[in-house]
Amino acid sequence: MSPEITVLACIALPLLAPALLTALHRWPNPREAVTLLTSVCLFLLVYSLQDDVLHGARPVIDLVEPLPGLKIGFEVEPLGMLFALLASFLWMVTSVYSIGYMRSHHERRQTSYYSYFAVALGSVMGIAFAGNLFTLFIFYELLTLSTYPLVTHSGDNAAREAGRTYLGYLLGTSVILLLLALIWTWSLTGTLDFRAGGILEGAVTPGTASILLVLFIFGIGKAAVIPFHLWLPAAMVAPTPVSALLHAVAVVKAGVFTVLKVAIYIFGIDFLAEVPATRWLMYVAAATILLAALVALRQDNLKLRLAWSTVSQLSYIVLCALLVTPLGIVGGALHIVMHAFAKITLFFCAGAILVATHKTRISEMNGLGRRMPWTMAAFTVGALSMIGVPPMAGFISKWYILLAAIEVQQMFAVGVIMVGTLLNAAYFLPIVYAAFFRTAESSPEDGNKEAHGEAPLMLLLAITVTATGTVALFFFPDLPLGLALQLAGASE
Amino acid sequence: MLLSNLPALQVVIPLVAAPVCLLLRNPRHAWAWSTVVSWLVLAMALLLVQRVTAGGTLSYAIGAWATPWGIEYRVDMAGALMALIIAAIGAIVMPYAWRSIQHELHKTHTGLFYTCYLLCLTGLLGIVVTGDVFNLFVFLEISSLSSYVLISLGSTRRALTAAYQYLVMGTIGATFILIGVGLLYMMTGTLNMMDLSQRLPEVADTRTIRVAFAFVTVGVSIKLALFPLHIWLPNAYTFAPSVVSAFIAATATKVGVYVLLRFFFTVFGIRFSFAAMHVGEILMLLAVAAILIASLVAVFQDNVKRMLAYSSVAQIGYIILGISLASTAGVSAGMLHLFNHALIKGALFLAMGCIFLRLGSVELKDMHGLARQMPWTMAAFVVGGLSLVGIPLTAGFISKWYLVSAVLADGYWPLAVLVLVSSLLALMYIWRVVEAAYFNVPGAEMRKVKEAPAVMLIPTWLLIGANLYFGVNASLIAGLAQRGADVLIGQALP
Repeated sequence: MSPEITVLACIALPLLAPALLTALHRWPNPREAVTLLTSVCLFLLVYSLQDDVLHGARPVIDLVEPLPGLKIGFEVEPLGMLFALLASFLWMVTSVYSIGYMRSHHERRQTSYYSYFAVALGSVMGIAFAGNLFTLFIFYELLTLSTYPLVTHSGDNAAREAGRTYLGYLLGTSVILLLLALIWTWSLTGTLDFRAGGILEGAVTPGTASILLVLFIFGIGKAAVIPFHLWLPAAMVAPTPVSALLHAVAVVKAGVFTVLKVAIYIFGIDFLAEVPATRWLMYVAAATILLAALVALRQDNLKLRLAWSTVSQLSYIVLCALLVTPLGIVGGALHIVMHAFAKITLFFCAGAILVATHKTRISEMNGLGRRMPWTMAAFTVGALSMIGVPPMAGFISKWYILLAAIEVQQMFAVGVIMVGTLLNAAYFLPIVYAAFFRTAESSPEDGNKEAHGEAPLMLLLAITVTATGTVALFFFPDLPLGLALQLAGASE
Repeated sequence: MLLSNLPALQVVIPLVAAPVCLLLRNPRHAWAWSTVVSWLVLAMALLLVQRVTAGGTLSYAIGAWATPWGIEYRVDMAGALMALIIAAIGAIVMPYAWRSIQHELHKTHTGLFYTCYLLCLTGLLGIVVTGDVFNLFVFLEISSLSSYVLISLGSTRRALTAAYQYLVMGTIGATFILIGVGLLYMMTGTLNMMDLSQRLPEVADTRTIRVAFAFVTVGVSIKLALFPLHIWLPNAYTFAPSVVSAFIAATATKVGVYVLLRFFFTVFGIRFSFAAMHVGEILMLLAVAAILIASLVAVFQDNVKRMLAYSSVAQIGYIILGISLASTAGVSAGMLHLFNHALIKGALFLAMGCIFLRLGSVELKDMHGLARQMPWTMAAFVVGGLSLVGIPLTAGFISKWYLVSAVLADGYWPLAVLVLVSSLLALMYIWRVVEAAYFNVPGAEMRKVKEAPAVMLIPTWLLIGANLYFGVNASLIAGLAQRGADVLIGQALP
């Protein structure tokens, strides 16, 4: 199969899977087999591209031209390759987890759940491989729409309210700010192609570029920069696997991925350095890091604490883009991967705790480590990686981010990252401590619930894979590092 | 022979076919007859577009009386595009009409319905092919009178008052247009559009012509429901039979916009209309008011047809906003949205017709949990609604893209923001329906509701499919709109 066809297959496969899933909706076992098979095939397809991309190949394919000069087309470059590898690998793991979770939770409408999940992944592939900003925007919107039914899966009033917030923030920012930035860029430059070195340099004044940058950074609502971040905590009403893969990896990373793409290929990092707004937006990103971490500190609901932590962590990547140095790009690209592994592990653990104990609040989790040692060990691995302790994956990306901040003499950014790390420790370590070193206060009425042990096997399997991945990426970071370095080489 | 008479046949065939419906006593025959005729009309409209694309503007002298003494039919790209929109919508709603009309109308009225429908089609097509301002007035009256009847056929008694309100407003508009045309005739001695455009500059600087311009502008603005002259529209769309709502929403107001374009650009000329009379500024202000106020009002409507009607007022605002820029980009964005909005609103009203057939109501409170009973209809509504909002890969997105770039090209960036903000308002009112149908718990009687019949679903999905097709492959229609705008603006410039 030529690389071009493979790219198309990567996007088409998950988008077409729902047809088969719907046909099999009466037979859960074959249906789940289709989900698993699709995710494995997708990963293999994506993986088959990485070798070529590492050796400098850039498969390009153009499909249609809805408007003169605006193409729907794809091009594989290192950052997209990295994102696609990450999302497709974690989809495999999440599929295993989903099956265990949805069955032991006896969720309704599972066929539509798996179908929308597949469509969401197809959209992520479209975003990762988009050859221009127009194509990226189309799949960006498709991702919002396909995840809406997943967020509102339970169908109750809370879900409806959360769905409104979700759709309002994501469509609102993208339709008003991002689309305006797109059309404006197009009318100024006549193209929306991703080009090394950017397309805006020479076409706009730094003043206009400032406005455009503000429109882009806030318009990409999926990056959850304050004040457009409230949709992410709202999305936590979704089933846990959705929160884990989509709202810790696919959707939010699609946001920061777009930020990086815009910084590298639309502005070009050299031009970005001359844009006055870059500095101010850096302060906004820094504020997001700290404020979201402070809010996370006060959350008692485990999933909400994780969500606020995600808001905080996403802005590390936005900050990287705004440091305007190749090292920052490496750090940002790596943080997409490293944070994903750690955060999905943490969410998997939260879901496992929910399934095994029906507990959602941190204050109820004293002594949990003794009943669920495997889950809580994985949780510890994820938490340590979030803080950036070696030998966990998070250390590597944090290392590069700090190097970049020091290289450009942004001691302010260095300080923010340091304080952010402390806050990370402050909101994760108490959970670990309570789980292992505190004893549960057993109240008489939940005497019968005391019988619970570990989570179901499929859940533990998924947790083990991602937790192992978190450690393994510290020792073997070659693939993501190689792609990230190549990206930085291209952006110089 | 047949081909050279095409512009006339486009109008004559539905006109002659109309009385036949009244003679056919069996409703089924009347329906079959008008379906055949409307598809024939579509075929002719396609042929017309093809001929205009290949050979440029067509001119046809009725009864071989030479222009400017006789009546001239003159079809340029703008007119041909309009004819295509009208004929296509007409042909798509006809197969749908059978079940819907059978359900909503008394048996004795069915023949009358098809007669009036064909007359309305005649009038609308006549307006877009004629090159004579008085003839235009006559066709406008044919279409208006027949649409008053069509609206009054609605199943509730309130349809009568709605039709009456429209009749009063429409007659005022028609009278204004007639006064304007009369004043023009008084000053120039001609009714032919091309002739008028040549003679008007000599006498342009007179109070009579300025008054004529004012009368025509206000008269046509009533017809196209430009804010604040739109008050007839919400009632008319709400209480008309479902088929009529879909047909009129997709065509009648659009033809009004076309008439406005003709008068501004062809008859009076861009210099007089926009430079001397400053109509651009006025229209822009009214368009902005329409977009904002009507969208906001739509958010608070509980009757979905009325919600869509207010949304139409807002969408007409988009079209007028494009025209008010008086640039090629602006006018072609307006014409593109004319086409796309016909597809969007046609589809949405057809979906409402399916719901009305099964539910007997289009109130939000009656639609709780409807999505489980009528999945295809509601899916059509969601896709059509997303097109209205302007989500990528739908026709609505293409219009929005063009409109925003046209507005930005002239430096009106606050207007660009306004257009985008109002699409969020569209999301709000569409989502109220989605939440009612998908999230609310269905009542006990909801279990008996079945999916709409295929004869109604297929036309609805055809229009939805067109929305998606023209959202992905917009080059063709954007090209036609561009050429239409070129013709209009090119004519105006000496």
